Amino acid sequence: MARRYTSKLTWDDVTPEHLYLNRRQIMAGMGGVLGAGLLGAGAAQAQGDPRLALIPNEWDEITGYNNFYEFGTGKDDPARNAHMMTTEPWSIEIDGLVDNPGTYSLEDILSEVEIEERIYRLRCVERWSMVVPWNGFELADLLNRVGVQEGARYVAFETLARPEEMPGLRVPVIDWPYREGLRLDEAMHPLTIMATGIYGRDIPNQNGAPIRLVVPWKYGYKSIKSIVRISLVEEQPVTAWNTYAPNEYGFYSNVNPERDHPRWSQAEERRIGGGLFSRNFPTLMFNGYEEEVASLYEGMDLIEFH
Amino acid sequence: MQLVQTINTGIRRIPSWLLYIVGAAYGGWLFFLALTGGLGFDPIEALEHRYGKIAFQLLLVGLAVTPLRQYLGLNLMSWRRAIGVLAFFFLLAHFTVWAVLDVQRLDAIWADIVKRPYVTIGMAGFLLLIPLGLTSNNLSVRKMGAAAWRRLHKLVYPAALLGALHWVWLAKGFQIEPLIYMAITLCLLATRLNMPRLRPQPRRA
Repeated sequence: MARRYTSKLTWDDVTPEHLYLNRRQIMAGMGGVLGAGLLGAGAAQAQGDPRLALIPNEWDEITGYNNFYEFGTGKDDPARNAHMMTTEPWSIEIDGLVDNPGTYSLEDILSEVEIEERIYRLRCVERWSMVVPWNGFELADLLNRVGVQEGARYVAFETLARPEEMPGLRVPVIDWPYREGLRLDEAMHPLTIMATGIYGRDIPNQNGAPIRLVVPWKYGYKSIKSIVRISLVEEQPVTAWNTYAPNEYGFYSNVNPERDHPRWSQAEERRIGGGLFSRNFPTLMFNGYEEEVASLYEGMDLIEFH
Repeated sequence: MQLVQTINTGIRRIPSWLLYIVGAAYGGWLFFLALTGGLGFDPIEALEHRYGKIAFQLLLVGLAVTPLRQYLGLNLMSWRRAIGVLAFFFLLAHFTVWAVLDVQRLDAIWADIVKRPYVTIGMAGFLLLIPLGLTSNNLSVRKMGAAAWRRLHKLVYPAALLGALHWVWLAKGFQIEPLIYMAITLCLLATRLNMPRLRPQPRRA
Protein backbone atom coordinates (compact mmCIF):
# COMPACT_ATOMS: atom_id res chain seq x y z
CA MET A 1 0.00 0.00 0.00
CA ALA A 2 1.31 3.40 -0.92
CA ARG A 3 2.25 5.72 1.87
CA ARG A 4 -0.83 7.71 2.71
CA TYR A 5 -0.80 11.42 2.29
CA THR A 6 -1.56 13.32 5.43
CA SER A 7 -2.39 16.94 4.98
CA LYS A 8 -1.09 19.32 7.58
CA LEU A 9 -4.29 21.25 7.04
CA THR A 10 -7.50 20.27 8.75
CA TRP A 11 -10.91 21.74 9.12
CA ASP A 12 -9.43 23.94 11.84
CA ASP A 13 -7.60 25.71 9.06
CA VAL A 14 -10.72 26.33 7.06
CA THR A 15 -11.75 29.90 7.47
CA PRO A 16 -15.20 30.12 9.03
CA GLU A 17 -17.86 31.54 6.83
CA HIS A 18 -18.14 34.89 8.58
CA LEU A 19 -14.47 35.46 8.01
CA TYR A 20 -14.78 34.91 4.28
CA LEU A 21 -17.48 37.49 4.25
CA ASN A 22 -15.04 39.74 6.00
CA ARG A 23 -12.42 38.90 3.47
CA ARG A 24 -14.81 39.89 0.73
CA GLN A 25 -15.46 43.21 2.38
CA ILE A 26 -11.75 43.84 2.66
CA MET A 27 -11.40 43.15 -1.06
CA ALA A 28 -14.33 45.31 -1.94
CA GLY A 29 -12.93 48.09 0.21
CA MET A 30 -9.59 47.85 -1.49
CA GLY A 31 -11.28 47.92 -4.83
CA GLY A 32 -12.64 51.31 -3.89
CA VAL A 33 -9.15 52.73 -3.66
CA LEU A 34 -8.45 52.81 -7.35
CA GLY A 35 -5.12 51.27 -8.10
CA ALA A 36 -4.29 50.38 -4.51
CA GLY A 37 -3.34 46.95 -5.72
CA LEU A 38 -1.12 48.42 -8.38
CA LEU A 39 0.87 50.30 -5.81
CA GLY A 40 1.76 47.04 -4.16
CA ALA A 41 -0.65 47.34 -1.28
CA GLY A 42 -2.68 44.47 -2.64
CA ALA A 43 -4.24 41.41 -1.14
CA ALA A 44 -0.99 39.45 -1.11
CA GLN A 45 0.79 41.73 1.29
CA ALA A 46 -2.26 42.54 3.34
CA GLN A 47 -2.98 38.93 4.18
CA GLY A 48 0.34 37.20 3.89
CA ASP A 49 1.32 35.12 0.92
CA PRO A 50 -1.89 33.59 -0.42
CA ARG A 51 0.02 30.50 -1.55
CA LEU A 52 0.87 29.68 2.00
CA ALA A 53 -2.35 30.82 3.58
CA LEU A 54 -4.27 28.27 1.48
CA ILE A 55 -7.59 29.81 2.36
CA PRO A 56 -10.32 27.78 0.68
CA ASN A 57 -12.47 29.59 -1.80
CA GLU A 58 -16.09 30.19 -1.01
CA TRP A 59 -18.71 27.64 -1.94
CA ASP A 60 -20.25 30.08 -4.41
CA GLU A 61 -16.95 30.63 -6.18
CA ILE A 62 -16.13 26.93 -6.38
CA THR A 63 -19.58 26.05 -7.67
CA GLY A 64 -20.22 29.14 -9.80
CA TYR A 65 -17.00 29.44 -11.80
CA ASN A 66 -16.36 26.23 -13.70
CA ASN A 67 -14.93 24.79 -16.86
CA PHE A 68 -17.16 21.89 -17.83
CA TYR A 69 -17.55 22.31 -21.57
CA GLU A 70 -20.20 19.61 -21.82
CA PHE A 71 -22.48 22.30 -20.39
CA GLY A 72 -21.10 25.26 -22.35
CA THR A 73 -17.84 27.14 -22.64
CA GLY A 74 -18.81 30.10 -20.44
CA LYS A 75 -17.62 29.99 -16.84
CA ASP A 76 -21.20 30.27 -15.57
CA ASP A 77 -22.70 27.85 -18.12
CA PRO A 78 -22.07 24.72 -16.01
CA ALA A 79 -23.77 26.22 -12.96
CA ARG A 80 -26.73 27.11 -15.17
CA ASN A 81 -26.99 23.90 -17.20
CA ALA A 82 -25.54 21.06 -15.18
CA HIS A 83 -28.77 20.41 -13.30
CA MET A 84 -29.93 18.57 -16.45
CA MET A 85 -27.47 15.75 -15.80
CA THR A 86 -28.86 12.65 -14.13
CA THR A 87 -26.40 11.36 -11.55
CA GLU A 88 -28.57 8.67 -9.97
CA PRO A 89 -28.11 5.87 -10.68
CA TRP A 90 -24.41 6.10 -11.47
CA SER A 91 -21.88 3.46 -12.23
CA ILE A 92 -18.34 3.26 -13.48
CA GLU A 93 -17.20 0.73 -16.01
CA ILE A 94 -13.80 -0.51 -14.92
CA ASP A 95 -12.02 -2.49 -17.59
CA GLY A 96 -8.72 -3.28 -19.22
CA LEU A 97 -5.86 -4.88 -17.34
CA VAL A 98 -7.66 -5.51 -14.06
CA ASP A 99 -8.43 -8.66 -12.10
CA ASN A 100 -12.06 -7.77 -11.50
CA PRO A 101 -13.43 -5.85 -14.44
CA GLY A 102 -17.06 -4.85 -14.46
CA THR A 103 -19.64 -2.20 -13.89
CA TYR A 104 -19.36 -0.85 -10.37
CA SER A 105 -22.23 1.13 -8.97
CA LEU A 106 -21.31 4.28 -7.10
CA GLU A 107 -22.75 2.86 -3.89
CA ASP A 108 -20.61 -0.21 -4.28
CA ILE A 109 -17.48 1.86 -4.84
CA LEU A 110 -18.19 4.11 -1.88
CA SER A 111 -18.99 1.22 0.43
CA GLU A 112 -15.37 0.10 0.39
CA VAL A 113 -13.54 3.38 0.77
CA GLU A 114 -12.97 5.93 3.44
CA ILE A 115 -13.96 9.49 2.61
CA GLU A 116 -11.45 12.05 3.79
CA GLU A 117 -11.09 15.80 3.55
CA ARG A 118 -8.36 17.19 1.33
CA ILE A 119 -7.78 20.91 0.97
CA TYR A 120 -6.01 21.30 -2.35
CA ARG A 121 -4.92 24.09 -4.62
CA LEU A 122 -6.50 23.92 -8.06
CA ARG A 123 -4.52 25.58 -10.85
CA CYS A 124 -6.25 26.03 -14.20
CA VAL A 125 -4.19 26.18 -17.38
CA GLU A 126 -5.96 29.50 -18.03
CA ARG A 127 -3.95 31.06 -15.19
CA TRP A 128 -6.62 31.26 -12.51
CA SER A 129 -6.58 29.21 -9.35
CA MET A 130 -8.66 28.27 -6.35
CA VAL A 131 -8.35 26.35 -3.14
CA VAL A 132 -10.96 23.64 -2.76
CA PRO A 133 -11.82 21.57 0.32
CA TRP A 134 -12.61 18.26 -1.36
CA ASN A 135 -14.09 15.15 0.15
CA GLY A 136 -12.98 11.96 -1.46
CA PHE A 137 -10.86 8.84 -1.33
CA GLU A 138 -7.55 7.84 -2.78
CA LEU A 139 -7.80 6.47 -6.28
CA ALA A 140 -5.21 3.88 -5.23
CA ASP A 141 -7.78 2.31 -2.90
CA LEU A 142 -10.18 1.72 -5.77
CA LEU A 143 -7.45 0.48 -8.10
CA ASN A 144 -6.16 -1.91 -5.48
CA ARG A 145 -9.64 -3.23 -4.96
CA VAL A 146 -10.17 -4.03 -8.64
CA GLY A 147 -6.67 -5.45 -8.89
CA VAL A 148 -4.25 -3.86 -11.33
CA GLN A 149 -2.63 -6.47 -13.52
CA GLU A 150 0.97 -6.77 -14.52
CA GLY A 151 1.54 -4.81 -17.69
CA ALA A 152 -0.85 -1.98 -16.93
CA ARG A 153 1.11 1.26 -17.16
CA TYR A 154 -1.57 3.90 -17.60
CA VAL A 155 -5.06 4.67 -16.38
CA ALA A 156 -7.59 6.13 -18.82
CA PHE A 157 -10.72 7.97 -17.73
CA GLU A 158 -13.85 8.98 -19.57
CA THR A 159 -16.58 11.51 -18.76
CA LEU A 160 -20.26 10.92 -19.30
CA ALA A 161 -21.38 12.02 -22.79
CA ARG A 162 -25.16 12.18 -22.81
CA PRO A 163 -26.23 14.71 -25.45
CA GLU A 164 -29.79 15.07 -24.21
CA GLU A 165 -28.52 16.20 -20.83
CA MET A 166 -25.37 18.03 -21.94
CA PRO A 167 -26.07 20.87 -24.36
CA GLY A 168 -22.37 21.58 -24.83
CA LEU A 169 -21.92 18.30 -26.67
CA ARG A 170 -23.70 19.81 -29.68
CA VAL A 171 -20.58 21.80 -30.40
CA PRO A 172 -17.43 19.87 -31.26
CA VAL A 173 -15.27 22.04 -28.97
CA ILE A 174 -13.12 18.96 -28.52
CA ASP A 175 -13.51 15.37 -29.61
CA TRP A 176 -16.16 14.09 -27.18
CA PRO A 177 -16.35 12.22 -24.88
CA TYR A 178 -13.92 14.02 -22.63
CA ARG A 179 -11.00 11.74 -21.90
CA GLU A 180 -8.05 11.97 -19.60
CA GLY A 181 -5.27 9.75 -18.42
CA LEU A 182 -2.53 9.27 -15.88
CA ARG A 183 0.55 7.18 -15.65
CA LEU A 184 -0.08 4.34 -13.21
CA ASP A 185 2.31 5.70 -10.59
CA GLU A 186 0.58 9.08 -10.78
CA ALA A 187 -2.80 7.40 -10.38
CA MET A 188 -1.54 5.42 -7.39
CA HIS A 189 0.01 8.47 -5.74
CA PRO A 190 -1.59 9.25 -2.39
CA LEU A 191 -2.33 12.83 -3.46
CA THR A 192 -4.54 11.59 -6.29
CA ILE A 193 -8.13 11.34 -5.16
CA MET A 194 -11.58 10.61 -6.45
CA ALA A 195 -13.75 13.40 -5.07
CA THR A 196 -17.40 13.03 -4.20
CA GLY A 197 -17.89 16.14 -2.11
CA ILE A 198 -16.90 19.72 -1.41
CA TYR A 199 -17.17 21.35 2.01
CA GLY A 200 -18.72 18.14 3.28
CA ARG A 201 -21.63 18.40 0.88
CA ASP A 202 -22.29 16.24 -2.15
CA ILE A 203 -20.30 17.50 -5.09
CA PRO A 204 -22.55 19.66 -7.30
CA ASN A 205 -23.13 18.60 -10.89
CA GLN A 206 -21.13 21.53 -12.29
CA ASN A 207 -18.09 20.35 -10.34
CA GLY A 208 -18.26 16.83 -11.74
CA ALA A 209 -20.93 14.96 -9.79
CA PRO A 210 -21.16 12.37 -8.58
CA ILE A 211 -17.51 11.38 -8.78
CA ARG A 212 -14.45 12.99 -10.32
CA LEU A 213 -10.70 12.85 -10.29
CA VAL A 214 -8.54 15.42 -8.49
CA VAL A 215 -4.82 15.55 -9.24
CA PRO A 216 -3.66 18.70 -7.51
CA TRP A 217 -0.20 19.02 -9.06
CA LYS A 218 -1.56 19.04 -12.61
CA TYR A 219 -3.55 21.64 -14.52
CA GLY A 220 -7.24 21.46 -13.76
CA TYR A 221 -8.30 19.81 -17.00
CA LYS A 222 -6.49 16.63 -15.99
CA SER A 223 -8.93 16.28 -13.09
CA ILE A 224 -11.68 14.77 -15.21
CA LYS A 225 -15.29 15.12 -14.07
CA SER A 226 -18.35 12.87 -13.89
CA ILE A 227 -16.39 9.70 -14.61
CA VAL A 228 -18.18 6.74 -16.22
CA ARG A 229 -15.21 4.66 -17.28
CA ILE A 230 -11.78 3.77 -15.97
CA SER A 231 -9.47 1.59 -18.04
CA LEU A 232 -6.11 0.17 -17.07
CA VAL A 233 -4.02 0.12 -20.21
CA GLU A 234 -0.56 -0.56 -21.47
CA GLU A 235 -0.09 2.39 -23.81
CA GLN A 236 -0.39 6.09 -23.08
CA PRO A 237 -4.09 6.81 -23.60
CA VAL A 238 -5.60 9.41 -25.88
CA THR A 239 -6.66 12.49 -23.91
CA ALA A 240 -9.04 15.25 -24.92
CA TRP A 241 -7.02 18.46 -24.86
CA ASN A 242 -3.82 16.74 -25.87
CA THR A 243 -5.54 15.51 -29.01
CA TYR A 244 -6.87 18.98 -29.76
CA ALA A 245 -3.51 20.75 -29.48
CA PRO A 246 -0.55 18.58 -28.42
CA ASN A 247 1.90 21.46 -28.22
CA GLU A 248 -0.44 23.38 -25.92
CA TYR A 249 -1.68 20.59 -23.69
CA GLY A 250 0.81 17.85 -22.95
CA PHE A 251 -0.09 14.43 -21.63
CA TYR A 252 1.55 15.14 -18.29
CA SER A 253 0.33 18.70 -17.84
CA ASN A 254 2.13 19.13 -14.57
CA VAL A 255 1.84 22.66 -13.26
CA ASN A 256 5.15 24.19 -14.28
CA PRO A 257 5.85 27.92 -14.17
CA GLU A 258 8.90 27.37 -16.36
CA ARG A 259 6.98 25.88 -19.25
CA ASP A 260 4.84 28.51 -20.96
CA HIS A 261 1.65 27.57 -22.65
CA PRO A 262 2.28 28.73 -26.24
CA ARG A 263 -0.44 31.32 -25.92
CA TRP A 264 0.27 32.59 -22.44
CA SER A 265 2.85 32.50 -19.70
CA GLN A 266 2.34 30.12 -16.80
CA ALA A 267 4.67 31.98 -14.47
CA GLU A 268 1.89 33.61 -12.48
CA GLU A 269 -1.66 32.96 -11.47
CA ARG A 270 -4.68 34.78 -10.13
CA ARG A 271 -6.63 33.41 -7.20
CA ILE A 272 -10.35 33.61 -7.78
CA GLY A 273 -12.09 35.73 -5.18
CA GLY A 274 -9.70 38.66 -5.10
CA GLY A 275 -11.94 41.03 -7.02
CA LEU A 276 -11.07 43.50 -9.74
CA PHE A 277 -7.72 44.47 -8.24
CA SER A 278 -6.60 40.96 -7.41
CA ARG A 279 -2.79 40.66 -7.49
CA ASN A 280 -1.19 37.87 -9.47
CA PHE A 281 1.35 35.77 -7.65
CA PRO A 282 4.01 33.34 -8.83
CA THR A 283 2.87 29.83 -9.66
CA LEU A 284 4.70 27.12 -7.78
CA MET A 285 6.36 24.10 -9.39
CA PHE A 286 3.92 21.17 -9.31
CA ASN A 287 1.41 23.65 -7.92
CA GLY A 288 3.21 23.56 -4.57
CA TYR A 289 3.29 19.77 -4.30
CA GLU A 290 6.88 19.43 -5.44
CA GLU A 291 8.00 17.73 -2.24
CA GLU A 292 5.36 15.04 -2.67
CA VAL A 293 5.51 14.35 -6.40
CA ALA A 294 8.86 15.49 -7.84
CA SER A 295 10.28 11.99 -7.40
CA LEU A 296 7.77 10.64 -9.92
CA TYR A 297 9.52 12.59 -12.65
CA GLU A 298 13.17 12.15 -11.73
CA GLY A 299 15.38 12.40 -14.76
CA MET A 300 12.52 13.52 -17.02
CA ASP A 301 12.72 16.64 -19.14
CA LEU A 302 9.61 18.40 -17.91
CA ILE A 303 9.68 20.93 -20.73
CA GLU A 304 9.67 18.25 -23.41
CA PHE A 305 7.28 16.03 -21.49
CA HIS A 306 5.01 18.86 -20.49
CA MET B 1 -38.82 51.84 -48.32
CA GLN B 2 -41.22 53.71 -46.12
CA LEU B 3 -39.71 51.91 -43.16
CA VAL B 4 -36.18 52.90 -44.17
CA GLN B 5 -37.29 56.52 -44.52
CA THR B 6 -38.81 56.46 -41.05
CA ILE B 7 -35.66 54.94 -39.56
CA ASN B 8 -33.47 57.47 -41.34
CA THR B 9 -35.56 60.32 -39.99
CA GLY B 10 -35.32 58.80 -36.52
CA ILE B 11 -31.56 58.47 -36.76
CA ARG B 12 -31.23 62.10 -37.81
CA ARG B 13 -33.22 63.17 -34.76
CA ILE B 14 -30.85 61.48 -32.33
CA PRO B 15 -27.72 63.60 -32.05
CA SER B 16 -24.39 61.79 -32.01
CA TRP B 17 -23.32 63.32 -28.68
CA LEU B 18 -26.01 61.18 -27.12
CA LEU B 19 -24.19 58.10 -28.39
CA TYR B 20 -20.98 59.24 -26.70
CA ILE B 21 -22.83 59.66 -23.43
CA VAL B 22 -24.60 56.31 -23.67
CA GLY B 23 -21.36 54.57 -24.68
CA ALA B 24 -19.31 56.12 -21.90
CA ALA B 25 -22.03 55.42 -19.36
CA TYR B 26 -22.20 51.78 -20.43
CA GLY B 27 -18.43 51.42 -20.15
CA GLY B 28 -18.54 52.96 -16.70
CA TRP B 29 -21.47 50.78 -15.68
CA LEU B 30 -19.56 47.64 -16.63
CA PHE B 31 -16.59 48.83 -14.58
CA PHE B 32 -18.88 49.42 -11.63
CA LEU B 33 -20.37 45.95 -12.04
CA ALA B 34 -16.92 44.40 -12.15
CA LEU B 35 -15.99 46.27 -8.99
CA THR B 36 -19.05 45.17 -7.09
CA GLY B 37 -19.23 41.52 -8.08
CA GLY B 38 -21.79 41.93 -10.86
CA LEU B 39 -19.59 40.32 -13.51
CA GLY B 40 -19.01 37.00 -11.83
CA PHE B 41 -16.13 35.51 -9.92
CA ASP B 42 -13.30 36.63 -12.17
CA PRO B 43 -14.18 40.26 -12.83
CA ILE B 44 -10.82 41.00 -14.47
CA GLU B 45 -11.29 38.47 -17.23
CA ALA B 46 -14.97 39.32 -17.55
CA LEU B 47 -14.37 43.06 -17.92
CA GLU B 48 -11.49 42.50 -20.32
CA HIS B 49 -13.63 40.28 -22.53
CA ARG B 50 -16.70 42.53 -22.36
CA TYR B 51 -14.73 45.64 -23.36
CA GLY B 52 -12.98 43.78 -26.14
CA LYS B 53 -16.18 42.35 -27.52
CA ILE B 54 -18.02 45.68 -27.45
CA ALA B 55 -15.09 47.36 -29.20
CA PHE B 56 -15.16 44.73 -31.91
CA GLN B 57 -18.94 44.89 -32.28
CA LEU B 58 -18.81 48.68 -32.64
CA LEU B 59 -16.04 48.34 -35.20
CA LEU B 60 -18.27 46.00 -37.22
CA VAL B 61 -21.26 48.34 -36.90
CA GLY B 62 -19.01 51.15 -38.17
CA LEU B 63 -18.00 48.98 -41.11
CA ALA B 64 -21.65 48.21 -41.80
CA VAL B 65 -22.58 51.87 -42.25
CA THR B 66 -21.52 52.12 -45.89
CA PRO B 67 -22.99 48.80 -47.11
CA LEU B 68 -26.23 49.52 -45.26
CA ARG B 69 -26.49 52.80 -47.11
CA GLN B 70 -25.52 51.29 -50.44
CA TYR B 71 -27.76 48.27 -50.34
CA LEU B 72 -30.64 49.27 -48.08
CA GLY B 73 -30.58 53.03 -48.20
CA LEU B 74 -30.26 53.10 -44.45
CA ASN B 75 -28.35 56.20 -43.47
CA LEU B 76 -26.25 55.94 -40.32
CA MET B 77 -23.63 58.42 -41.54
CA SER B 78 -24.36 60.95 -38.83
CA TRP B 79 -23.44 58.33 -36.22
CA ARG B 80 -20.44 56.83 -37.89
CA ARG B 81 -17.78 58.94 -36.21
CA ALA B 82 -19.31 58.38 -32.78
CA ILE B 83 -19.45 54.64 -33.42
CA GLY B 84 -15.80 54.59 -34.48
CA VAL B 85 -14.57 56.74 -31.62
CA LEU B 86 -16.49 54.64 -29.10
CA ALA B 87 -15.04 51.47 -30.62
CA PHE B 88 -11.60 52.97 -30.13
CA PHE B 89 -12.27 53.86 -26.50
CA PHE B 90 -13.63 50.43 -25.67
CA LEU B 91 -10.55 48.96 -27.31
CA LEU B 92 -8.37 51.23 -25.20
CA ALA B 93 -10.29 50.06 -22.13
CA HIS B 94 -9.84 46.43 -23.22
CA PHE B 95 -6.10 46.94 -23.61
CA THR B 96 -5.82 48.78 -20.28
CA VAL B 97 -7.68 46.12 -18.32
CA TRP B 98 -5.54 43.45 -19.95
CA ALA B 99 -2.24 45.23 -19.27
CA VAL B 100 -2.90 46.78 -15.86
CA LEU B 101 -5.36 44.46 -14.15
CA ASP B 102 -4.73 41.12 -15.88
CA VAL B 103 -1.05 40.78 -16.77
CA GLN B 104 0.07 43.48 -14.30
CA ARG B 105 3.81 43.45 -14.95
CA LEU B 106 5.53 45.51 -17.64
CA ASP B 107 7.99 42.77 -18.56
CA ALA B 108 5.18 40.23 -18.79
CA ILE B 109 3.11 42.59 -20.94
CA TRP B 110 6.02 43.00 -23.33
CA ALA B 111 6.74 39.26 -23.32
CA ASP B 112 3.12 38.51 -24.18
CA ILE B 113 3.11 41.01 -27.03
CA VAL B 114 6.23 39.61 -28.66
CA LYS B 115 5.79 35.91 -27.81
CA ARG B 116 2.07 35.22 -28.09
CA PRO B 117 0.81 35.53 -31.66
CA TYR B 118 -2.78 36.28 -30.68
CA VAL B 119 -1.61 39.12 -28.45
CA THR B 120 0.73 40.38 -31.17
CA ILE B 121 -2.16 40.41 -33.61
CA GLY B 122 -4.50 42.18 -31.22
CA MET B 123 -1.81 44.72 -30.43
CA ALA B 124 -1.17 45.36 -34.12
CA GLY B 125 -4.88 45.98 -34.66
CA PHE B 126 -4.91 48.40 -31.75
CA LEU B 127 -1.87 50.30 -33.05
CA LEU B 128 -3.45 50.61 -36.49
CA LEU B 129 -6.48 52.26 -34.95
CA ILE B 130 -4.58 54.85 -32.90
CA PRO B 131 -4.06 57.30 -35.80
CA LEU B 132 -7.71 56.84 -36.69
CA GLY B 133 -8.81 57.68 -33.19
CA LEU B 134 -6.56 60.75 -33.18
CA THR B 135 -7.88 62.07 -36.49
CA SER B 136 -11.57 61.49 -35.86
CA ASN B 137 -12.37 65.20 -35.75
CA ASN B 138 -13.30 67.91 -38.24
CA LEU B 139 -10.01 69.72 -37.82
CA SER B 140 -8.04 66.67 -38.95
CA VAL B 141 -10.30 66.14 -41.94
CA ARG B 142 -9.75 69.75 -42.98
CA LYS B 143 -6.01 69.68 -42.40
CA MET B 144 -5.44 66.37 -44.14
CA GLY B 145 -7.90 66.85 -46.92
CA ALA B 146 -10.83 64.51 -47.41
CA ALA B 147 -9.04 62.13 -49.78
CA ALA B 148 -5.99 61.59 -47.58
CA TRP B 149 -8.19 61.28 -44.52
CA ARG B 150 -10.30 58.65 -46.21
CA ARG B 151 -7.21 56.76 -47.29
CA LEU B 152 -5.86 56.77 -43.73
CA HIS B 153 -9.13 55.54 -42.34
CA LYS B 154 -9.05 52.51 -44.60
CA LEU B 155 -6.72 51.15 -41.92
CA VAL B 156 -9.90 50.07 -40.19
CA TYR B 157 -10.13 47.18 -42.67
CA PRO B 158 -6.93 45.39 -41.66
CA ALA B 159 -7.60 46.31 -38.02
CA ALA B 160 -10.99 44.58 -38.10
CA LEU B 161 -9.46 41.51 -39.69
CA LEU B 162 -6.75 41.40 -37.04
CA GLY B 163 -9.38 41.78 -34.34
CA ALA B 164 -11.39 38.86 -35.69
CA LEU B 165 -8.27 36.71 -35.94
CA HIS B 166 -7.25 37.70 -32.40
CA TRP B 167 -10.52 36.33 -31.05
CA VAL B 168 -10.55 33.14 -33.13
CA TRP B 169 -6.99 32.43 -32.06
CA LEU B 170 -7.46 32.89 -28.35
CA ALA B 171 -10.58 30.71 -28.11
CA LYS B 172 -9.94 27.39 -26.41
CA GLY B 173 -11.15 24.44 -28.44
CA PHE B 174 -13.49 24.75 -31.40
CA GLN B 175 -15.86 27.60 -30.58
CA ILE B 176 -18.55 28.97 -32.82
CA GLU B 177 -18.97 32.55 -31.67
CA PRO B 178 -15.59 33.92 -32.78
CA LEU B 179 -16.01 32.16 -36.11
CA ILE B 180 -19.37 33.85 -36.63
CA TYR B 181 -17.72 37.21 -35.97
CA MET B 182 -14.94 36.32 -38.37
CA ALA B 183 -17.54 35.50 -41.04
CA ILE B 184 -19.33 38.82 -40.47
CA THR B 185 -16.02 40.66 -40.69
CA LEU B 186 -15.14 38.96 -43.95
CA CYS B 187 -18.58 39.74 -45.40
CA LEU B 188 -18.28 43.41 -44.46
CA LEU B 189 -14.81 43.62 -45.94
CA ALA B 190 -15.98 41.83 -49.08
CA THR B 191 -18.43 44.66 -49.75
CA ARG B 192 -15.35 46.88 -50.15
CA LEU B 193 -13.99 44.82 -52.99
CA ASN B 194 -14.51 46.37 -56.39
CA MET B 195 -17.57 44.50 -57.50
CA PRO B 196 -20.43 45.69 -59.65
CA ARG B 197 -22.84 47.61 -57.49
CA LEU B 198 -26.09 45.81 -56.80
CA ARG B 199 -27.90 49.11 -56.96
CA PRO B 200 -26.87 52.64 -57.75
CA GLN B 201 -25.57 54.86 -54.99
CA PRO B 202 -28.45 56.86 -53.56
CA ARG B 203 -28.27 60.52 -54.47
CA ARG B 204 -27.09 62.79 -51.74
CA ALA B 205 -29.85 64.76 -50.09
